[in-house]
Amino acid sequence: MTSVALLLPLALTMGLCGLAAFFWALKRGQFEDLDGAAARILIEDDEEGGVER
Amino acid sequence: MLLVPAMHCAGCLGTVERSLAALAGVSSARVNLTARQVEVRHGGAVTVPMLVDALAAAGFASQPRGEDLAPAPSAVRALLAPLAVAGFAAMNVMLMSVSVWSGAEGATRELFHWLSALIAVPAIAYAGRPFFGSAARALRHARSNMDVPITIGVLLATGLSCYETVTHGRDVWFDGTLMLLFFLLAGRALDAAMRDRARAGVDALLREAAPGALVIGRDGGAQWLAARDLAPGMVMRVAAGERLAADGTIIVGTSRFDRSLLTGESTPLPGTVGEALLAGMLNCDAPVDVRVTAVGQSTTLAEIAALMAAAGQHRSRYVRIADRVSRLYAPLVHTLALASFLGWLALGAGWHQALVVAIAVLIITCPCALGLAVPVAQVVAAGTLLRGGILVKDGSALERLARVDRALLDKTGTLTMGRPLPDPAAIAALPADVAQVALGLATHSRHPLCRALAGALAAAGYRAAPLSDLREVPGHGVSARWQGLAVALRRPDQPEPRLTSLLTIEQREAWLIGFADRLRPDAGDALAMLRALGIEASILSGDGSGAVAAIARLTGLAAEAEASPVAKQQAIARLQAEGHRVLMAGDGLNDAPALAAADASIAPGTASDAGRQAADFVFVTESLLALPRAVVTARRSMRIVRQNFTLAATYNLVAVPLAMLGLVTPLIAAVAMSASSLLVVANSLRLGLPPRLPRGAPR
Repeated sequence: MTSVALLLPLALTMGLCGLAAFFWALKRGQFEDLDGAAARILIEDDEEGGVER
Repeated sequence: MLLVPAMHCAGCLGTVERSLAALAGVSSARVNLTARQVEVRHGGAVTVPMLVDALAAAGFASQPRGEDLAPAPSAVRALLAPLAVAGFAAMNVMLMSVSVWSGAEGATRELFHWLSALIAVPAIAYAGRPFFGSAARALRHARSNMDVPITIGVLLATGLSCYETVTHGRDVWFDGTLMLLFFLLAGRALDAAMRDRARAGVDALLREAAPGALVIGRDGGAQWLAARDLAPGMVMRVAAGERLAADGTIIVGTSRFDRSLLTGESTPLPGTVGEALLAGMLNCDAPVDVRVTAVGQSTTLAEIAALMAAAGQHRSRYVRIADRVSRLYAPLVHTLALASFLGWLALGAGWHQALVVAIAVLIITCPCALGLAVPVAQVVAAGTLLRGGILVKDGSALERLARVDRALLDKTGTLTMGRPLPDPAAIAALPADVAQVALGLATHSRHPLCRALAGALAAAGYRAAPLSDLREVPGHGVSARWQGLAVALRRPDQPEPRLTSLLTIEQREAWLIGFADRLRPDAGDALAMLRALGIEASILSGDGSGAVAAIARLTGLAAEAEASPVAKQQAIARLQAEGHRVLMAGDGLNDAPALAAADASIAPGTASDAGRQAADFVFVTESLLALPRAVVTARRSMRIVRQNFTLAATYNLVAVPLAMLGLVTPLIAAVAMSASSLLVVANSLRLGLPPRLPRGAPR
């Protein structure tokens, strides 16, 4: 029973953290441009005159 | 905010961002690849034309985005948050349910039930809103849809589970209810994702055509105005290769005008001072100044748009297959649940036990697999088509296309490429060094013939020869010097019967290059395949009978020529009255009413704005094979949808009797629900396999 008392809140908190992270990403517009995100990984940032963020 | 329609890969993205960020005064440039646009933050010193020029130097055509062109809000985003909540709650509640199933007793079970209720009730209230809202709307109009049985099932199951929790009962159904919501939301989100994706693609195409004109003021200054800001009396300068943004009369200059967008007629007509022009015509040869006579709602364009809007009514009456099934399904399920409730009461069971059985029936029959059956199959089919260069506007288009048995094809731009292309024999006859000179000259002009020639030569593997002293005389041609020799690509001295360019090099013979509109590649194979699919095709064109007869002979199809937009619409109505389901393939504005009236419609990516908007499918490949491919995929997706329905029905045949006998526990319900959903998804994924095209009759 003591393990349950520890594990239950732990599991729920972790789940809630995941959910909160998802909502944060949604609000920050990270799902706005999925194609662009997939392509961006291929761009070399270290070239001279790199893209400003 | 600039639109850059040609951007489609990481390389383009990087180039666009870098070339804009390199400008002084630009603080940031961020591309949205899905919407094909770039957002630029800049200081006051930077103007929009500077940005457009910077992009043009990097090789990308762009235009500022008008406010009214802002993309509609995504349908998926509204579903993402409920989906995440349902997923989170389903997982956590399932965690506790598993411990209850594996034998938690007494106080532990009580605790787990209370925790489940604490998580599930708010989660269901939040994640179920899309269904509750839709069901309420349907009931208010005294109709029923898929959401009504879902809502009733979810609400009853939640209510019963709360009651069980409070009264220390043995079984609660929170896990099954949440899982149901999660699966259904996943189906909805997929459906919405498909529509979003297609719309983004079509929007990007739509914005490519610049609706506006260069207006010359009284002081001689030129200013680019959007089409809606034009007013009668203004003078617009229309460059060669540009479309007219409004009706008007020529006041300066002589040129030829392609009116195929309006009438389907392929031969450009000459026009000189005093000639009346219509919005949508393409200026072929030389720049002209045009005094605007009519704009906006009073143009010929707008009249055709009104016809189109009226035609769209017919199609909106189509009832999607999922709704047709649920019309049969919902009353059946509710009757069964009610029957088991009454049956158990009659057999002497208590209220509580009878209600538990009835709710078990409702939960087990909840159309979980049904909710996934259609969207998953259609999303996979749309993805397959997208990879093949065909955009699908929405799922119902696939359902309608699958039933088509008659096809009407427009000629210019649909069966043919819709633009003049150089004669392949003339290209092949050019010596290599001459071809390189021709390519060098052609790339320096924006004239339609030059662009077509440049495209053909580049495709043949030639590189442009280095030229100097390049000069373009509008309406005449391009000239330059090559290795000290004068070279030119210009209109021939004597008038030729068809569109022709003359290539001259000092001290050498001259070459004539003829241009003509040509059949799309694979047109013959595509038509043979359509025939093999049981679809009879014929030509329905607005062009003159001579030009249509030539194409009809080449393709072996029956043809109707000189059809006005209204006549095209009537031809479709006639076939529909005979019981045919008609597929219309067309591109021009004159086809748009017919595209909207047909049971299903497809337009090439080069089509007019109106054509692309009216069509269900837009294919961006050059090959006409897109037509049979779309039909084959649509029919396959419908086959899979029917299989999915059969799977779901079989599952119900087994599960419902068990539920009615009171043998179903929450554990069985959860397992059965996930198993049937996974089966349906797996079956739908088979659509992702490459399609088998029917073999056409050998020609």
